[in-house]
Amino acid sequence: MLRSEFMRLALGAGAVVGVLAPAVGFFLVQRRQSLIGDGIGHVAFAGVAAGILLGVSPVLTALVAAVLGGVAIEVLRSRGGTAGDQALALVLYSGIAVGVVLVATAGALDVDLFQYLFGSILTITRTDLAVIATLGAVGLATIALLYRALAAVVIDEEGARVAGVPIGFLNIAVAALAAVTVALSMRVVGILLVAALMVLPVSAAGRVAWSMRSTFVLSLAIGLASTLVGLSISYYADLPPGGTIVLVAAAAFVVGLAAGVSRGR
Amino acid sequence: MPVAVELRGVAFGYRPGQRVLEDVELRIDEGEFVALAGPNGGGKTTLVRVLLGLERPTEGSARLWGEPAHRFSRRRTLGYLAQRSELGGDAPATVREVVAAGRLAAGGLVGPLRRRDRELVAQAIDRVGLGAVADGPLRTLSGGMQQRAFIAKALAGEPSLLVLDEPTTGVDAESQESLAALLDRLHSALGVTVVYVSHEFGAVERFVQRLVLVRRTIVFDGPPGDLPGVWHDPSHVHAP
Repeated sequence: MLRSEFMRLALGAGAVVGVLAPAVGFFLVQRRQSLIGDGIGHVAFAGVAAGILLGVSPVLTALVAAVLGGVAIEVLRSRGGTAGDQALALVLYSGIAVGVVLVATAGALDVDLFQYLFGSILTITRTDLAVIATLGAVGLATIALLYRALAAVVIDEEGARVAGVPIGFLNIAVAALAAVTVALSMRVVGILLVAALMVLPVSAAGRVAWSMRSTFVLSLAIGLASTLVGLSISYYADLPPGGTIVLVAAAAFVVGLAAGVSRGR
Repeated sequence: MPVAVELRGVAFGYRPGQRVLEDVELRIDEGEFVALAGPNGGGKTTLVRVLLGLERPTEGSARLWGEPAHRFSRRRTLGYLAQRSELGGDAPATVREVVAAGRLAAGGLVGPLRRRDRELVAQAIDRVGLGAVADGPLRTLSGGMQQRAFIAKALAGEPSLLVLDEPTTGVDAESQESLAALLDRLHSALGVTVVYVSHEFGAVERFVQRLVLVRRTIVFDGPPGDLPGVWHDPSHVHAP
């Protein structure tokens, strides 16, 4: 498997996304905002469509759209007097509606579009990998620096607000990190499945971990293992990589659930 | 004694024309232990939010140590236990992780906790008597012990003012007494100004110096011993 360059590139990109997605998803899951990744993914779809229509890189336009969508969800939730799920619904449905209109206008309902919807990790180039690795490293470094602050907000947002912690900045930072993660993960698992890689490893880890820090570390390990094992299975069994990766992550969740039940949790 | 909290002629509503609070006059000196009581829906939590600068009064002024509450420059010295403090999601946070969150404002946003911060966290855990379970998951503890952990979190920030909003919700009667006694000990040992908000004041009545009853405005303010008998009648206290 490793003799093929396309598999080496795929495993490299998968490793970055496998670690980054649960690292960001950890904070979303703990704040009961698991579906935000899905909402941002749908806005990213509008970005992809805009890129195809304008003839520029769909990944770039998806990144811009995802960041705008992520920030919009957070602003609507925190300042607009809109309930979190309604803010998410508004952005999610608007995103997919804009995407459908733009795709139809561009006449691009074809294979090019499907690679973003369902992933196309086996077509990743060296340049793609360099971009994914660089942005992934920036995302992970940001999380490492802000981990304590983001965890404190998860534990007691109102107490932190009273003590003068810049809650708005930290919430926007999480939304922006989620957007970057969605844009990077598009080529690996596809827009439709990206949220699964942000949520399932964290949920699996939460069943067996013994502290926040161990939940975080275990989430990253499960995310990494899911992408590498999923890619290997897809290579040997000739299955679609994106779906296989997410099924492995789902299996990890079931195993975590069973382990948690056996330990009385 | 410096004035810690001062509300003058405060009125507040969440919508135009609404009056959740009206003509509130309240002064709390530094180092006092005050219970803020009243019926559910009587405006206690709103008063606390105005007092802490989370809401701006529609009329009158709210000041902390002489500064407008919403622009208070030493916010890191404010400790606050929101009503029904609870962990979000399924994270099995340990007591130590919860208490360490209280050092965020004072210890800085970026990077790991410094040694001095870790010492203050350990001290706060010991003060509330949770040393033996410090590295255990919070969610396995009783409601009373979880509230102790959140009190330790507030203490870890070395607060000048500690505000607890309904800290005994979901806590059994015995634990309520023990929580009140703990706050009394902390108040004596640390000299911190404490505002204890509750719809029931039985548990803290014998510890506090002042009892303030809120029903949109302040209807009683004085030592618990001076409280007219009629206010002890639960039906009276709880009537909106």
